[in-house]
Amino acid sequence: MIRGDVAVVAGLCVRELGRRRVFWVVPVLTAGFLGLFTMACAYTFSVSAPGQLDRAALVGSTLMGLAMFSILFLGSVLAVFLTFTAVRGDAEVGMLQPLVVRPGGRAGFLAGRFLAAAGISAAYVVAVYAVALVVTDAIGGWLPPSPATPALALAGAVVVVAAISLLGSVHLSTIANGIAALMVFGAGLTAGLIGQIGQSIGSTRLEQIGTAASYALPFEALYEAGLHNLTAGTGGLTGLIVRLGPFGGAQNGGPGLVAWSVVYVLLVLAATALSFARRDL
Amino acid sequence: MDPAFRVERLEKYYGGVTALAGVDLEVDAGELFGLLGPNGAGKSTLVRIGCGLARADGGRATVCGHAAGSVEARRRIGYLAELFRFPSWLSADEVLTVHQRLARSAGGREERERLLAMVGLSDVATRRVGAMSKGMQQRLGIAQALIGAPAVLILDEPTSALDPAGRRLVRDLLAGLREQGTAVLLNSHLLSEVEMVCDRVAILSHGRVVAAGTPDSLTSARGVVVETQEGSRRFDVARGEIPDLVARLVAGGDRIFSVVPSRSTLEEFYLETVGGEIG
Repeated sequence: MIRGDVAVVAGLCVRELGRRRVFWVVPVLTAGFLGLFTMACAYTFSVSAPGQLDRAALVGSTLMGLAMFSILFLGSVLAVFLTFTAVRGDAEVGMLQPLVVRPGGRAGFLAGRFLAAAGISAAYVVAVYAVALVVTDAIGGWLPPSPATPALALAGAVVVVAAISLLGSVHLSTIANGIAALMVFGAGLTAGLIGQIGQSIGSTRLEQIGTAASYALPFEALYEAGLHNLTAGTGGLTGLIVRLGPFGGAQNGGPGLVAWSVVYVLLVLAATALSFARRDL
Repeated sequence: MDPAFRVERLEKYYGGVTALAGVDLEVDAGELFGLLGPNGAGKSTLVRIGCGLARADGGRATVCGHAAGSVEARRRIGYLAELFRFPSWLSADEVLTVHQRLARSAGGREERERLLAMVGLSDVATRRVGAMSKGMQQRLGIAQALIGAPAVLILDEPTSALDPAGRRLVRDLLAGLREQGTAVLLNSHLLSEVEMVCDRVAILSHGRVVAAGTPDSLTSARGVVVETQEGSRRFDVARGEIPDLVARLVAGGDRIFSVVPSRSTLEEFYLETVGGEIG
């Protein structure tokens, strides 16, 4: 049961979502993405492939890999939008103080903002992923072996991004935090790619960089695990080609990844609460 | 019994800058206490420590005996910050509803209607904050601070955006709170306001209390103002010399219309105390 004051703060955050013009960027981009994705499916699934290849699996997994990258990006932008002003930004304009002097205090405020941001972002990526999946199935007749797993991985990834951005909001001003959060997001994806390249060319050093990035920024590892799931059921020549493709080198994080991601989010939230408790407003 | 609000040897430093250098003060239940001082004197820092928005580096602040910033202290305070903003898309009534839930007040609609009436906003209960004037927003801020009938009301420049009628409304409201036993800590630059409503005041300068007492005790008799056919004139005489002064003026051919004892104002005392310091 969520405490009343936490629910109030979360409710304000949710209502603000519909009021600020900046958030309209997300549905507009989403509509554009889904439109383009549908066109891409319609075109790509109609192109013939050599007989020995499973065309549906090849096209479907590749397009869904592309979709996952876009959904992760849009979901992360949403998570950052919902959190980047949360502490310093709102304190500078005087919106925070009337809320945190109430009995729920700073911890209640943080819990409310995080639950709202994480909940909305996770629901968003799951919903867009589901639409993309339905489009892929309807047009190409292809579904990944475990359709829900990539969605859960994406949801976990944006929750991690929301937690990182919330921590940044305690220390950085609004613009600085927005930039920093998106740079961290980009750095995580880049490090993941470096790890994949390292694995492909047999470079231990590059693989270590990728592994370190997975621990430091587990949203990238979660995303990779989701991608991996898309192609896990594809075998033979088709599987080989898919795994050589742009979204095919992803690693399955294994059961430890989920546990580490949960611990990571809890650690980031604890650091956020500690920093916030010590900050003068 | 613990005072409603107390700070003891309160210290606060920002890097090498001393904001508070061992401040002591108490506000009792039913007392209106004015906090004065130039910009940078430490008034807002003291208020923010009292609300739990800033941490003291030394000494302590308590609200009804509970450490400032604790849940128990936060349950007992109402606060209006100098700089505040409510979501522009909420109506006045919705702002109060949100704060009722945050303050865990069971006052419901009756409390909201009463508070909006107290600050003269009954007619705009459904108006969005974004469509309100600055003065209306400030009065709404006062109403939200009164949610849950706090034992201690901390107001940081609550009348800075108000017109004369709005200021009078707030003065009357504060007088009513005094009757109800609410302790009020009023941080303001408006000395005349403070002089009119506060039971006691403290003047802060460079993080220290440099004067404290009732407004009467801080001001002093300054002769009389005599109105004659030639206009008003001020005479710097003691109370016992007033009859002789009047007799002398009448003997000299003046016609006396009024004789009004004069006192120095709190503003004059303030300027003498802080030496015209501009923060």
